[in-house]
Amino acid sequence: MRTDLLRVLVPAFSFALLLGVVFWLQPRTMSYLGLNLLFNLAVPIALATIAQMIVIALDDLDLSIGAFVSFCACVTATFLNDAPLVGAAILLGAIGVYALVGAVIWLRDLPSIVVSLGMSFVWSGLAVLILPSPGGAAPEWVRAVMTVRPPVLPMAIVASLAIAAVAHLVVMRSSFGTALRGVGGNARSMQRAGWSVLSLRAGAYALAGLFGVMAGVALVGLTTAADANIALRYTLLTIAGVILGGGEFNGGRVSAIGAVIGALTLTLAASFLTFLRLSNDWQIGAQGAILILVLAVRLVLNRRESYR
Amino acid sequence: MSGVPHRPWVWSFGAAAAVFAATLLVTGGTGAAGLGQAALTFAAFSVIVGIGQMFVITLGPGNIDLSIPATMTLAGTVALKAMDGAAGTELLGLGAALGIGLGVGLGNYALIKALRIPPIIATLSTSFIIQSAAIWTNRGLRIKPPDSLAAFATGAPLGVPNVALVALALAAIAWLLLERSLFGRRVAAIGQNERAARFAGVPIDGVRLATYALCAVLAGLAGFLLACFSGGAALNMGSEYLLMSIAVVVIGGSSVAGGSSNVPGVWGASLFMFLIVSMLNTYGFGAGVRMILTGLIIMTVIFAAGGGRVRRR
Amino acid sequence: MNAATETVPLIELRGAEKSYGAVRALTGADLAIRAGTCVGLVGHNGAGKSTLVGILNGGVAPDRGAIVVDGVERTGAHSIAAARAAGLRCVFQELSLCPNLTVAENVRILHAGLGGWGWRKRAGRLIVAELDAIFPDHAIAPGRVLGDLSISERQMVEIAIAFLDVAAPVRAVILDEPTSSLDGSRAADLLAHVRRFVRRGGAVVFISHILSEVLSVTDRTVVMKDGRIVADRPSTAFDVSSLVQAMGSVARESAASRPLRSGADAPILEGPGDFKARAGEIVGFAGLAGHGQSEALRGLFRQGSSDWIAGHVTRAAFVAGDRQVDGVFPLWSILWNATATVLPRLVRRGLIDRHAEAAFGLEWQARIGIRTPDMAAPILSLSGGNQQKALFARALGSSAPVVLMDDPMRGVDVGTKQEVYLRLRAEAEAGRTFVWYSTEMDEISLCDRVYVFRDRAIVAEFAGPDVTEANVLAASFRSAAA
Repeated sequence: MRTDLLRVLVPAFSFALLLGVVFWLQPRTMSYLGLNLLFNLAVPIALATIAQMIVIALDDLDLSIGAFVSFCACVTATFLNDAPLVGAAILLGAIGVYALVGAVIWLRDLPSIVVSLGMSFVWSGLAVLILPSPGGAAPEWVRAVMTVRPPVLPMAIVASLAIAAVAHLVVMRSSFGTALRGVGGNARSMQRAGWSVLSLRAGAYALAGLFGVMAGVALVGLTTAADANIALRYTLLTIAGVILGGGEFNGGRVSAIGAVIGALTLTLAASFLTFLRLSNDWQIGAQGAILILVLAVRLVLNRRESYR
Repeated sequence: MSGVPHRPWVWSFGAAAAVFAATLLVTGGTGAAGLGQAALTFAAFSVIVGIGQMFVITLGPGNIDLSIPATMTLAGTVALKAMDGAAGTELLGLGAALGIGLGVGLGNYALIKALRIPPIIATLSTSFIIQSAAIWTNRGLRIKPPDSLAAFATGAPLGVPNVALVALALAAIAWLLLERSLFGRRVAAIGQNERAARFAGVPIDGVRLATYALCAVLAGLAGFLLACFSGGAALNMGSEYLLMSIAVVVIGGSSVAGGSSNVPGVWGASLFMFLIVSMLNTYGFGAGVRMILTGLIIMTVIFAAGGGRVRRR
Repeated sequence: MNAATETVPLIELRGAEKSYGAVRALTGADLAIRAGTCVGLVGHNGAGKSTLVGILNGGVAPDRGAIVVDGVERTGAHSIAAARAAGLRCVFQELSLCPNLTVAENVRILHAGLGGWGWRKRAGRLIVAELDAIFPDHAIAPGRVLGDLSISERQMVEIAIAFLDVAAPVRAVILDEPTSSLDGSRAADLLAHVRRFVRRGGAVVFISHILSEVLSVTDRTVVMKDGRIVADRPSTAFDVSSLVQAMGSVARESAASRPLRSGADAPILEGPGDFKARAGEIVGFAGLAGHGQSEALRGLFRQGSSDWIAGHVTRAAFVAGDRQVDGVFPLWSILWNATATVLPRLVRRGLIDRHAEAAFGLEWQARIGIRTPDMAAPILSLSGGNQQKALFARALGSSAPVVLMDDPMRGVDVGTKQEVYLRLRAEAEAGRTFVWYSTEMDEISLCDRVYVFRDRAIVAEFAGPDVTEANVLAASFRSAAA
């Protein structure tokens, strides 16, 4: 159990450490409002990170998640607001396209990197068509959900806990989640054991698409408007989040709770760097440095891994 | 040439020509020269970064350089700052840009090797850091390139834009490297079968290091020229070149599975990509349609070509 | 033994044959697996064991012959799924599980019928019960991720999963070298369980190179050689030495023995353990396949080359046996494949001299006999044997004094083999050193000195007239578990 625990403990510990430092630097964040402000934007990021985690669990990589979330945000701010049925249909269709991509990658043995890059163009283009300039408005019910004020913990924390719980149940505990992780671990064995790798992949990608849609909707709930570029940075952020949370690039080994912790940590890191009065210039660079640091630590911890 | 039997680059030029013609249909034939010049100019930048990305992709599946835009930005920024608009500093600026590229390339491979992470993650991380460095260097300043370089980058004394001449020369050198040099053979060998290359005596790490360095140096050069052309180094100057560098490699006919590269195809695809944009603009379509079409074209090309990558786990 | 011989066999092969191109992997095999018996399967390289097992478990379709399952003819309809449905399970040496999943999750994956609420606990209970039954006092918790377990523990899990009854009862289990990854007393635990399983009416096919194990746990032993079954007797009728003898050929004319080379020359290559090679020698690596020979060759190669800088003189050249994985550049022509190692020599003024390259190609095409009208044709247009010749040209054409060969003649036709043997002999006479890993006794007997590998180490060395099949066989098989 040792390595298992370590995989989740390391990100959890780093998060706690970072939070402690942030509290120390800026004691006012230790309040209900403060926490909510710190972690507000973590909710859509956490949802998108789960989507990325599912794709990584299949041994693929999704470079289109940022564009997809932006697209979903644009749809939410326009169609979902003005013509909810049409909006819902579009979003459902988008999930279907995601599933199709997952199937095609397997059928034609294509590299997921290039395919997802191509799809990112498509999603971005569609987003630009819907909202050529920033605008739109958040549907009332979305806004209500995202600004709710639960009693003890702020919405951001409650939502993050809920996301972690649901993702853990679906991806790590259920039969379907286990099977899709099995595809990432040893697809040939899965086939020989009688599973349809094609259906599993399509289903997994559809699930990822669903989380992506939720990320877009949540984002609009927070920002109340949308534009085509609103979530482009999510692509790199979600990959970093999954890795920070103990996921591996190959072999299908991921952790849902870790991924959410990773997303929270990255969100927190942005605020942390601001409180440190580190100039904004270096915030992006610091995220890169954090990723490198985590990978280095993991390399040291993985020395014992001998299989494959 | 006894290496690869097919010549897929022909159709990318054909497609470019078709789009050129379609655009002129609307304008009634006028503006052909202007369109041609613009195509050559803007394609040139795509070609320069595309060649670098092509070398990296040829190394085999999983090899890709995501730090190209950040490198372009940093190189352009630092070069302009070093030159400070003064005359006689051209070589200093160029040296700075290429030096940045070299450093980035070496850093990328050092990360790949030391941390044993996939190139996509390594170049992703460095791109974060380089982008920050660019932001910091560029603080609020609006430095212009020296007049001589601005004139060079925007001029076309021989009828063909200078930047296009540079890109053509680089393409010729790249072609020579890949077809006729030991280095090019080794890159293609690693891309086809890394184990076999190892046992045939190819120094895998040395070649990969050189390739990543080459890609980043070309990105630095592109950043330098782009900054001189645009009259300054904007922080987002490289943003569209990431997807573009991969697109022109794929559409140009290089194999995404590695081992087979296509230099003329990069030119054909770059021209094609620019002309598609122009044509869509001429017909009144906006950025949205352009992006969707670009994505669909990329995916159609790889779908048709198939992966061909044997999943060896 | 019960009246098992009267019952209908669980699965039966009649006259099964299988060829892979020019290689006849299995010729006319008859085998019946009955409930309540444990059948041992032994044989040297190329005996046909893997092919036989593949046909039994449905992974390989025979070219000829019948497959009868429970008395019903199933030729042509036998598949992995069908075999599983009939109650047949397999444990191979390579991992068939998902290393990123936990033990319980792997059970779920392999048994689709385990779904529904609380499957995790159920799967966990099932596997722990089975592990307890086979390997008492194991410390494997069902919630542990498979990749975090030791190799021995992973093998234990694989074995336990194979014996696990979930939807349908397990009636027969094929165990292929099951004890090689198990440490300490676990091998004994497994053997005891096999006996219990068989007593309860199960069937086991037991493949192992540890002959004492085979004789102790099996009721019948089947000996294979060169694609056919040469002996099928009760295990009590064999002992270790008679087994080894049965695996060898019947009184074959010994190859003309080469004079023992004087040990005066200093070794030009020294490697793992006692390995030494001198100039002009052909040194063989023998023993059962997969016992460390390829790894030793690769180690020797890496000794003389660098990952970072290409030296001008490499110590060793390599000829790959598994062409697709280690040798061939599939997009290139025959010529470019052949010149891969000699390219540095062909560079003039920074560029490759194409005329010199073409000349090299023509020279070696003639020397080694590559059958093609045009060396510029794609390499995949060649037959397997000719592709292998191109790989030989790649190694022999280099200036390296040592040539390492990783079972390069596997699957190559006899004509090609003879041509290459002549070439090798000529090169050796001229002072080149060869280190030749081969799984064929005929080739081993062409070597001046032979090292036999077993369990990843050199266990014996034979020279000159001592290079005989009997000696190599005896050394390849472990007589007793260590």
